[in-house]
Amino acid sequence: MKKYRNWLLLAVVMGIVVAACGGGDGEGATTTAGETATTGEGGAAGDTGYENLDAALAGEFDGTTVDVWAQWLPESSEASNFTYTLEPFQEATGITVNFQPTPDYETALQVAVDGGNAPDIAQIAQPGKMIQYGDAGSLIDIGSWINTEKLEADMVPAFYELGLFNDSVHGIYYKADVKSIVWYPVQGFADAGYTEPTTWDELTALSDQIVADGNGNPWCISIESQEADGWVATDWMEDILLRTAPIETYNAWINHEIPFNDPEVLEAAELMKQIWFTPDYAYGGNTYINATWIGETQDPMFAEGGPQCWMQKQAAWIGGFWGANRDALADDPALPQTEWPIKPETDVDFFYFPPIEDEFGKPVLGAADMFVQFEDRPEVRALLEWLATPEAAAGWIERGGFLSTLNTVPPESYVYPNTELSVLVQEATTLGFDASDLMPAEVGAGTFWSGMIDWVAANGENTEEVFQGIEDSWPAG
Amino acid sequence: MAQAVETLTPSQSGLKILRALLVVVGVGIALWLGLRLLTDPDVFSGLGPNWSKVSQALVALVLGVGGIWALFYAANTIVEVLPARASDLLRPYVFVLPAVAVVGLYLIYPTVGTVAQSFTEVPEGAGPLTNYTNAFTNADVLIALRNNLIWLLVAPAAAVVIGLAFAALVDRVKWESTAKSFVFMPLAISFVGASVIWQFVYAWKPAGQPQIGILNALWVWAGGFLVDWGIVAQVEPVPWLQIPFWTTFPLIAIMVWLQVGLAMVILSAAIKGVPVELTEAARIDGATELQAFFRITMPSIRGTILTVYTTIAIAVLKVFDIIFVTTGGNLDTSVVAVRMYQEMFRFRNFGQATTMAVILLVAVIPIMVVNIRNLRRQGIGS
Amino acid sequence: MTAATSRMGRLSRRTNDGAGWLVKIVVFLIVAVWTIPSLGLLVNSFRTSVDSSSTGWWTALFNPLASDWTFDNYVRVLGSGGLFDALVNSLIVAIPATIIPITLAAFAAYGFAWLKFKGRSLLFGVLVGMLVVPLQLSLVPLLQVYQGAGLTGSFLGIWLAHTGFGLPLAVFLLYNYISQLPKDIFESAYIDGASPFTAFIRLVLPLSVPALAAFAILQFLWVWNDFLVALVFLGTSSNVAVLTIELASIVGSRGEAFHLLTAAAFVSMVIPLIVFLALQRYFVRGLLAGSVKG
Repeated sequence: MKKYRNWLLLAVVMGIVVAACGGGDGEGATTTAGETATTGEGGAAGDTGYENLDAALAGEFDGTTVDVWAQWLPESSEASNFTYTLEPFQEATGITVNFQPTPDYETALQVAVDGGNAPDIAQIAQPGKMIQYGDAGSLIDIGSWINTEKLEADMVPAFYELGLFNDSVHGIYYKADVKSIVWYPVQGFADAGYTEPTTWDELTALSDQIVADGNGNPWCISIESQEADGWVATDWMEDILLRTAPIETYNAWINHEIPFNDPEVLEAAELMKQIWFTPDYAYGGNTYINATWIGETQDPMFAEGGPQCWMQKQAAWIGGFWGANRDALADDPALPQTEWPIKPETDVDFFYFPPIEDEFGKPVLGAADMFVQFEDRPEVRALLEWLATPEAAAGWIERGGFLSTLNTVPPESYVYPNTELSVLVQEATTLGFDASDLMPAEVGAGTFWSGMIDWVAANGENTEEVFQGIEDSWPAG
Repeated sequence: MAQAVETLTPSQSGLKILRALLVVVGVGIALWLGLRLLTDPDVFSGLGPNWSKVSQALVALVLGVGGIWALFYAANTIVEVLPARASDLLRPYVFVLPAVAVVGLYLIYPTVGTVAQSFTEVPEGAGPLTNYTNAFTNADVLIALRNNLIWLLVAPAAAVVIGLAFAALVDRVKWESTAKSFVFMPLAISFVGASVIWQFVYAWKPAGQPQIGILNALWVWAGGFLVDWGIVAQVEPVPWLQIPFWTTFPLIAIMVWLQVGLAMVILSAAIKGVPVELTEAARIDGATELQAFFRITMPSIRGTILTVYTTIAIAVLKVFDIIFVTTGGNLDTSVVAVRMYQEMFRFRNFGQATTMAVILLVAVIPIMVVNIRNLRRQGIGS
Repeated sequence: MTAATSRMGRLSRRTNDGAGWLVKIVVFLIVAVWTIPSLGLLVNSFRTSVDSSSTGWWTALFNPLASDWTFDNYVRVLGSGGLFDALVNSLIVAIPATIIPITLAAFAAYGFAWLKFKGRSLLFGVLVGMLVVPLQLSLVPLLQVYQGAGLTGSFLGIWLAHTGFGLPLAVFLLYNYISQLPKDIFESAYIDGASPFTAFIRLVLPLSVPALAAFAILQFLWVWNDFLVALVFLGTSSNVAVLTIELASIVGSRGEAFHLLTAAAFVSMVIPLIVFLALQRYFVRGLLAGSVKG
């Protein structure tokens, strides 16, 4: 027992000694992203139209910190670009923006919010999530303090409206994605004499042509995305439905005013089957569609002997995943597009996913990232206001891969492909927001996804069963 | 177990009590200071970030481990001062309560909350059992339950059998340490790494393209012979992870691959705990190695085998990552833990999420009961 | 059992090794099947993303000279600024989070196994029953408690959390082992006047070393490879981020740089393997030999 008494004494003594040595200065510094020493050239001082931002630019919040979480991970090009974009703000206002890219975002953010440890501002990709957080009472009502007139005037109306919850702004949209585009190999098309189709019939005719020529398969399609498996299929359904039914039907579908398996929707499904399940249309057949990771979908387009598949419908972020681009960007996320091994525009270009029925014009399907607010302080407000200005888009636009939700950004400031995309958005007859992001999560991130996977596994033969199943799963009330 | 009781003079017992009190007070102060120390961010800041953290950790270790010992010692001192009956009555709690207290906060408290929530988080005006009726009438949940059953029947048995066989065999090989390290390695690889590994095992490429997954490579290669011999017209690679329902089995294989290391580690320790003399005595009496193993070794470690089986069975019931990351629960491969995650984090339906958890809890009770009964039946414990 | 018999035991063991060719083959087969998948990962970690996704890794092994080997994946992973700090953080989290639960569990397991008291079965059942609780459920309530106590983002918080989460398994495993210790050794000890406390320290602990080592390996591994608990209780800022978080951050938001995971997995595996090899020695046969009729 003597031994233990000595230990005890030692512990007590150590405890006293070390406690007595206590007392230091400042807390452990949290790392900040991209803070530089140069004096600001940032936004214009004076009247921006947003009062908190004005105060910030006048230096009133110098030395404060704002925490921003996003799902763009540190080594990704999005994170690198966002950090770059934030620099002018930090220089001009002296506010430190603590940008925390967070892995396992879905879980981490939710636990943090529920556990009382929420960040000041968080990026989210689905309006549905904003509604969930709003229902739980976790969000700060942005509309209660921001200059809503200016915000509404500056933003593309569709995006402004989607940020509303209980008729007040709760989310500020920032970065948009256009989904209604199809990528194709420039040289391949030229060599084989193919041209960009401008109608649905031309699209299917081109597909038949490619099959007849024995040049591989016309379509590169795949949907495997680990936990988020199946969402690519939902995009196709939505894009087709926008082209075969009026926007009112589309919105009614989202709000469950018509059943999920409404005849109009099933008609759209038949058209989708035409591309996905016609024999020899899709490279590798339905097995490839379910088995191949979305980052590798288009790899056969860059095969050594010439393209083995010729068209992929996907938003512009896919460029970073084309074959050798994956490795190049892994080495250097800030690599400009002009230096990619497979270059957008010159090697691979896109055409607009053609309309199907003329009466519905040229709809565009899109989605966007928004910022919501969990904590309320003046400097947090200042940053949110800034994120709604063109300056917040400038840095990222310059680097490429960014399409703003504001209508105050001139198309000329964009680089390919966003120059064309912003025009596409402006000229769209209808702008549909990704339906699965708007439906209740049980469906939009649940049975719609899994239903599509089952549909593919059955090679499209159980359409009615699948859509009925999704309809049945719609949460009551 | 009563111990010999000493009789003490009043002054001796007085001293004993005093000493006990001093110990308790001393320990109490030390721990309190230690906790203050560890939660005060300023204390170590002068040492630079890495050294500061290392010092923190060292202090924590000393205080934690030392503190725990000190607490036990203190409590024990007090208990021993008491009359024998009180002493015997209280002593077990000294040993057991600290662990119970920690688990009480970290696991029991959230669990109680969870069980309660499964009954209280219901839509307006619905009865307390609503979540349960919803769950048991939901086709997807029933599929998940069915899958859990399949997992439970197949995975633990496979892992234990292979682990036991390996632990027994490797015990007698010269390069035992190396062999065990290789079988153990999957446990050391983080789960994320393991999922990438198995994606390279099960990968599928269209027929005619080079296969990058080893299973399909072997399949196509072996199938090539069948084609050459005219037995089949062509061989298609198999999309191992995209077959509705059947994909559960390739996923089970991944789990077994991981768990055999666990089984082996524990069973190996147990096998080595069996005195060599016992088996040698049997060998001398004419038993073969196999007989010695089944008649002497296995019965001696029966309790451990059951423990390992139970541990793995529980891990199998909780299985989440393997399925979530490969199939996302689609194609009829979902299990209760995946449903729980989806309900909690994607659909934010806490009532349903907690219900899934309660189902898991209830499912494990019979397993635990069997294990404890069995250990008791072997006459364990005084 | 005399010393002579023990010596003979050792002698006969040595001659066994030569005769067991079937044993050797089976062992080798199991090892091979268990290793080949990881081998694939290792080989692919030295190839580019395009190569890994277009040809099998064994082709690179069969044509080593013709293949494109690259260190880029490792350079990228190791070169990531926070890696060394993350390694330090992981060690700082894992070591106390292993030792503290073992200590508490050893005391508890002994109490449950060898001491009689009211409520023993119930408490044990509840404690070990917690094995089944899915981690995600405890996160939110605990985080709320932590927020109140100021423990979020602190190492102390995560040590306690891992202790709490690891105790059921620890108690379960140690209970099993300790409860199977021969009754006689305790009898002798008590006859000699030892208190249960002394019996614990002088008998149980030394005899339980294999079980303690076994659990230590498992707990260390679990904590080392843990991601969710670290993410929620510790956070992602660089002064506390552990290795799993750091490595997960290297993979992009859509899974770009997915192939970096190959290298990352091996980088994070080195230390656990060292721990395993080191603790392996404690699984020594015959710790009980001679203790019964001592």
